[in-house]
Amino acid sequence: MPRTWRTYAVRFTALGYLLVVLVAPLSMLFWRVWVEGIDKAWAAITDPDTIHAFKITLILCAIAVPLNTVFGIVCGLAIVRRRFPGKGLVNAFVDLPLALSPVVVGFSLYLLYGRTGWFGPWFTEHGIQVLFALPAMVLATIFVSVPFVAREVVPTLREVGNEQEQAAYTLGASSWQTFWRVTLPSIRWAVIYGVVVTTARCLGEYGAVAIVSGNISGKTETATLRVQDYYENLDQAGAYGVALMLCVLAIAVLVVMTKLKPKEGVA
Amino acid sequence: MSIQVRNVSKRFGSFQALDDVSLDVDSGALTALLGPSGSGKSTLLRIIAGLEQPDSGEILLEGADATSAPPQQRGVGFVFQHYAAFKHMTVRNNIAFGLKIRKRTRGEIRARVDELLELVQLQGFGDRYPAQLSGGQRQRMALARALAPEPTVLLLDEPFGALDARVRSELRVWLRRLHDETHTTTVFVTHDQEEAMDVADRVVVMNQGRIEQVDAPRALYDAPANEFVMGFVGRASRFGDGWVRPHDLEVVPEPDDGTREGQVLRVVHLGFEVRAELVGDDGEPFSVQLTRDQAEELELEPGQIVFVRPSRTRAFA
Amino acid sequence: MWESRAEGLHGFWEAVTQPEAVAALKLTLGISAIVALINAFFGTIIAWTLVRDEFRGKSVVNAVIDLPFALPTIVAGLLILALYGPHSPVGVHLAFTRSAIVLVLCFVSLPFVVRTVQPVLYELDEQMEEAARSLGAREHKVFSRIVLPSILPGILSGVAMAFARVVGEIGSIVIISGNLPFKTEMASVYVFNQGQNGNSAAASAVAVVMLSVSFAVLLFIGGIRRLATRHERA
Repeated sequence: MPRTWRTYAVRFTALGYLLVVLVAPLSMLFWRVWVEGIDKAWAAITDPDTIHAFKITLILCAIAVPLNTVFGIVCGLAIVRRRFPGKGLVNAFVDLPLALSPVVVGFSLYLLYGRTGWFGPWFTEHGIQVLFALPAMVLATIFVSVPFVAREVVPTLREVGNEQEQAAYTLGASSWQTFWRVTLPSIRWAVIYGVVVTTARCLGEYGAVAIVSGNISGKTETATLRVQDYYENLDQAGAYGVALMLCVLAIAVLVVMTKLKPKEGVA
Repeated sequence: MSIQVRNVSKRFGSFQALDDVSLDVDSGALTALLGPSGSGKSTLLRIIAGLEQPDSGEILLEGADATSAPPQQRGVGFVFQHYAAFKHMTVRNNIAFGLKIRKRTRGEIRARVDELLELVQLQGFGDRYPAQLSGGQRQRMALARALAPEPTVLLLDEPFGALDARVRSELRVWLRRLHDETHTTTVFVTHDQEEAMDVADRVVVMNQGRIEQVDAPRALYDAPANEFVMGFVGRASRFGDGWVRPHDLEVVPEPDDGTREGQVLRVVHLGFEVRAELVGDDGEPFSVQLTRDQAEELELEPGQIVFVRPSRTRAFA
Repeated sequence: MWESRAEGLHGFWEAVTQPEAVAALKLTLGISAIVALINAFFGTIIAWTLVRDEFRGKSVVNAVIDLPFALPTIVAGLLILALYGPHSPVGVHLAFTRSAIVLVLCFVSLPFVVRTVQPVLYELDEQMEEAARSLGAREHKVFSRIVLPSILPGILSGVAMAFARVVGEIGSIVIISGNLPFKTEMASVYVFNQGQNGNSAAASAVAVVMLSVSFAVLLFIGGIRRLATRHERA
């Protein structure tokens, strides 16, 4: 298509919007850390409570990501390959966390596991603390990051089709052998991409965890909660410092995502 | 291994794919299931393989009831129209798959894969991936893969359908030769009657979920059981009350009791053969096949009125 | 999740019609709608540029679109604050205003419409447009009659997802909005605060409304998907 004034108009509108909304704020982060003082930011990053917060974030990731990966693969297989009553409902519930506010998730968990909730009393009786402790945070993180692996697996499974699996059966492979040797390898890139996106979501989770964790510094704070903590205590350097760390992590994740993404949509 | 199909029926929703079908396949035979789309031939093949379950009826393999046995236990090799190659494995590993499942030793596997690579003429391609092969090569790999675990039955579902004409005819010859060497009971599905006649010992003609006729290719052509078979296997035109093959019509100069009148519409020169398309006085079109010399002698032109005498017609009840 | 319903229907209605709650919900829905529309327009334009245009650095631009997906929302809030809040180098002071909320939500929801429109645009057969041109149609007609109908389902589902995303957003606005009741308090923050203060009834009520909105959006998206593929089904 020839380059007309229209092409340039569209291009500059697009790039201009991106500049204002995306690029400029991003570059600000580095500038602000510089302005506030790198040493102050560094002090915040190496503060023991901050380090603990990052540890908590990583623990939550380490639990939620593998669980959701397995769930996503199983769900994907069930949705694409099997018929069962209520399939549409399952599909909808898997997608729900994408449309649902983390605040609603957190608050629901708060009600469920609180003193007057359905599950709360049982846990208190058995001396297990759920709310304001790691278990509730794990639950919250798992729930908000559920959809991503499944959403990548489902279209890939559909596209691949099941002929390879039929071939494997005729060659004598059992269902389990077929799954490991044929099905899983055929969707491996979708799964990996889903894992990366899930990880990013877990790293960045704020709302749901904020409600159920109680935000206790040094105990139930995640990295994202730490940023807010610093900000509310008017420690700008601290806030921007930790934010910068998270941003670096996010960019690393973004680079991996970009490398893995199937090349479509960019002619 | 002999195959017996007993009264098999299968429905998909409201579509009756197979209607009370029974068939015997002798051990070591090369059989074709021939028919148009929707005739049920692929469904029958997949039921024999265990990839589909019949609604009613039985499948017996070497006399033993295999109807409810899963594909893994039937000892059948299956070749798919679109290869179903394991895209993430090399050619070697594709072929070795069935052997690895059966836990053969590394040495055994290597030897057998080498043997098969030579058989299908893919030596040197062992370490490539299916995506790097042409269609014909991929199908040869699929064949080698199916043969590796030494199945007692080989089933092929429109194996050459996705390939271009030249590759198709090469592989046809190749399949025949392979069968002659291994004598494995082989059943393949095709909609191409020339392919069926060319390759198979016996052809099962199917239509709309039923078997129309089972016979050697020549018998199908010379002694079709009904209109459908006559029209599907070879060319045939309606002629009066019956049906006639183009080469069974003779153009004669003078009319008599046994002749009919026809007007030439088109004369098509197909190399050595000439096909004249005519329309009879009852409005029905038909074709006459002549040699070049005959055509030249008669000087056939469109619009010309000629007289044809059939040397054989066939009528069906 | 159904726990929130257990608070009783009467209590629910009372809680929901509290002026502060109503204000928060109105603000949330209003702003989300505006953001969704902004995304519909700019998202489509960006997708168009990425699919149809060629320029150096395009692949970098394509990668950067996903940044809001990868970035923690609280960092996003901080970034917008840095650029457009107090101490802003550009001299723009938007903190604690509704415009700030709109801006930060646009950041957060940037990828949605772009990523749903891109594949549709990519698959679109340009020959349809060429045919239209050869039949005499002018550019804007080509777009409105040929391109737009085909990408509309993509735009709509992207918009719906963006809408659902920003209705529930919390991390990014908690810092930049200042959470002034009746002015800049979003529904999500309302639920958060009421929950912290122990007003479970108030919080649940609004949470239920948000939940219903989410469900409605999911149903809408499902409906669009079915509508879009009706041409492909026999």
